[in-house]
Amino acid sequence: MTGEILLQTLLSGVLIGLIYALVAVGLTMIFGVMDIVNFAHGEFLMFGMYSSFWLFSLFALDPLITLPLTVLMLFALGLVVYQLVIKRIINAPPLSQIFATFGMMILFRGLAQFFWKPDFRTIENSYSSGKVVFAGLHFGLPQIIAGVGAILATGAVWWFINRTRLGAALEATAQDKDAAQLMGIPSQRMFALAWGIGAACAGVAGVLLSSFFPIFPEVGANFILIAFVVVALGGFGSVSGAFWAGIIVGVVEVVGGFLLGPEYKMAIVLSLFLLVLLVRPQGLMGRA
Amino acid sequence: MTAHRPNTRRNATLALALAVACILPLVVTSPSHQNFLILILMFAQVGVAWNILGGYAGQVSLGHVAFFGIGAYTSTMLFIHAGISPWLGMLAGGLVSSCFAVAIGWPCFRLKGHYFSMATIAVAEILQVLFTNWESVGGAVGLNVPLAEQGWANMVFNTSKLPYYYIALGLLIVTLLANWAIERSFLGYYFRAIKDEPDAASSLGISLTRYKLVAIAISSFFTALGGSFYAQKELYIDPGSVLSTSLSIKMALVTILGGVGSLFGPVLGSTLLTSIEEVTRQAFGGSGMGTDLILYAAIIIVVAVYYPTGIVGWLRQIRRRYAKPEARG
Repeated sequence: MTGEILLQTLLSGVLIGLIYALVAVGLTMIFGVMDIVNFAHGEFLMFGMYSSFWLFSLFALDPLITLPLTVLMLFALGLVVYQLVIKRIINAPPLSQIFATFGMMILFRGLAQFFWKPDFRTIENSYSSGKVVFAGLHFGLPQIIAGVGAILATGAVWWFINRTRLGAALEATAQDKDAAQLMGIPSQRMFALAWGIGAACAGVAGVLLSSFFPIFPEVGANFILIAFVVVALGGFGSVSGAFWAGIIVGVVEVVGGFLLGPEYKMAIVLSLFLLVLLVRPQGLMGRA
Repeated sequence: MTAHRPNTRRNATLALALAVACILPLVVTSPSHQNFLILILMFAQVGVAWNILGGYAGQVSLGHVAFFGIGAYTSTMLFIHAGISPWLGMLAGGLVSSCFAVAIGWPCFRLKGHYFSMATIAVAEILQVLFTNWESVGGAVGLNVPLAEQGWANMVFNTSKLPYYYIALGLLIVTLLANWAIERSFLGYYFRAIKDEPDAASSLGISLTRYKLVAIAISSFFTALGGSFYAQKELYIDPGSVLSTSLSIKMALVTILGGVGSLFGPVLGSTLLTSIEEVTRQAFGGSGMGTDLILYAAIIIVVAVYYPTGIVGWLRQIRRRYAKPEARG
C-alpha cells in the first residue's frame, strides 16, 4: 500500500516536472543566447492559458486543437517584446535588464487583470478530461496528456537546436555572438528568435496546463521561481539539462511536500536551488 | 564637474530640504497625507541602506526584505516577550540581521551577477515560508505589537502620526550620514573597486569577499532598522507584509529610479515612486482593473530602458547641458 502511494507520488512529480521543464526550456534558451533573466516568463505561460480559455469559451474549440494558433501568437508576442523592449537593453547594465523584464511582468499581469478580470477561470470538459487507472494507480488524463505534450515540445526544441542549421546558428550565437556575427550569423535575428521560441514554449506549457489548472492573471508567479530553479539546476542555457532538471524538481517538490507537508514545498525546492548554485554553479549538465 | 562653487550651493540646497522636511508635516495635517510622507521617508531610508550593497558595492540583492523582516520580527518579539523597548529592539534587530547577512553572504558571494541576485531571492522566499509556518512567531496570522502606553519610550503613538514622521526622518538622516561617511572613507573606494574593477582590486590585495561581507553587514543593519520602524508604525506584522519579495524589489527600484550608487538617489526615487503609486492607486486602484499596475509597470520599463542612470543621472545631464555655454562664455 505505501509502495503504491510512493509510486503514485513519484509519478505525479514526474508529470508536473515535465511541465516545469518545458517552461524552463524557454527561459534557459533566452538566458543562454543573450544572458538576460526574463522575469516575465511566467506571464507568457499565463497568456498561453488565457488564449486556450477564450478560444474554448467563445468558439468551443478545444485547447489541444487551438494549440498551433496559441503557439503562433506567443511566438509573435516574444518577437514584439524583443523588438520593443529587449533590443534596447542588450548592452544596458544588468540592473536595468532585470527591471525591464520585471516591469513587463507587472505590466502583463496588469493588462490581464484589466481585460479579463482577476477572477479564477477553468476549462471544463475538454477532450482531455477524465481519469486513467493503470496498475492500481490513478491519474488525471489532463496531467498525462500535459506530460506527453511537454515531452514532445521539449524534444522538438532539442531537435531544432541540435539537428537544424538555424538551430546551430542559434547555438553559435549563444557560445560567442561576436564570432558568430563574423561568420555571417545576424545576432539580432538570433536574439529575436530565442525570444520567439522561448515565449512559445511557455505558451505551450500554458495550453497544456489550462485543462487542469486555474487560470488567473497572477498564475505565472507559481511557475517563475521554479523555472529559475530548473534553469540553474540544468545549467544555464542547456535544453537537455532543463529537461532532466525539470523532472528532478517536480519529484523533489511532490515527494518533499508529501514527507514534510505541502506548505514547505517551495522552501524545499528553493533550498535545492541554493545548494546547486553553491556546489555546482554550472548546473548538472551546463558548460563550466 | 565645476570646482568648489557647487559645494556651497549644495549645502544651501540640503539645508533648505531639511527645513522643508521638518516643517512639511506641520502644514500637511491630514493623517492620510502624513502617512504618505512617512512612506516616502521609510522607502527612502531602506533604499539608501540597499544602495550600500547594491549600488556602491554592485552586488544586486533582490532578497533584502529578509533583513527588513528580521528587524521587524526581532524588535516585535523582544517587545512582546521581554518588554524591551523597540528602540533597543531595533538595534538588536539590526545586529541579528547583520549576523544573518554575513552567514548568508559568506557562501552566496561566490556567485556573480544574476546568480547572486537569484540566490538572494531564494533566501528571502525560504525565510517567508519558514516564518509563515513558524507558530511561535505568529505563523501566517502575524504578530500584534502589544498595547503599550503611548509615547516615545515605547515608540507607540495612537493619536498622531507626527512622531512617526520625525522618527522616519531621523532614521533617514542617520542612514544618509552613515552612507556619506562610507562614501568618503577607504570603504567607499573599496566598494567601488569591487563593483567596477573586481580583478584589479583583488590583484592589489583587497579581499573581495571580506569587503562584500562588510558591505552586506552595514546594509542589512540599516535595512533592519527600517523593518523595526515599520512594525511600530503599523503595530502589526505578518510574513506577507514584511517578508514579501515585492518589497525587496521596491527597495532596489527606488534606488534605480533615483540613481544607483549616489547618496541622494534613493530619496528622489522614493519620492517619485511612492507618489506614483499613491496617485495611481487613488485614481484607479479601487476599480480592481489593474490600471494602477499598468501605469506603475510602464514607468518602470521606461526608466529601465531610457534612463538607466535614474533621476540623478538625468539631472547631471541637464546640468552639463547648461554648464557648457557658461564655460565657453
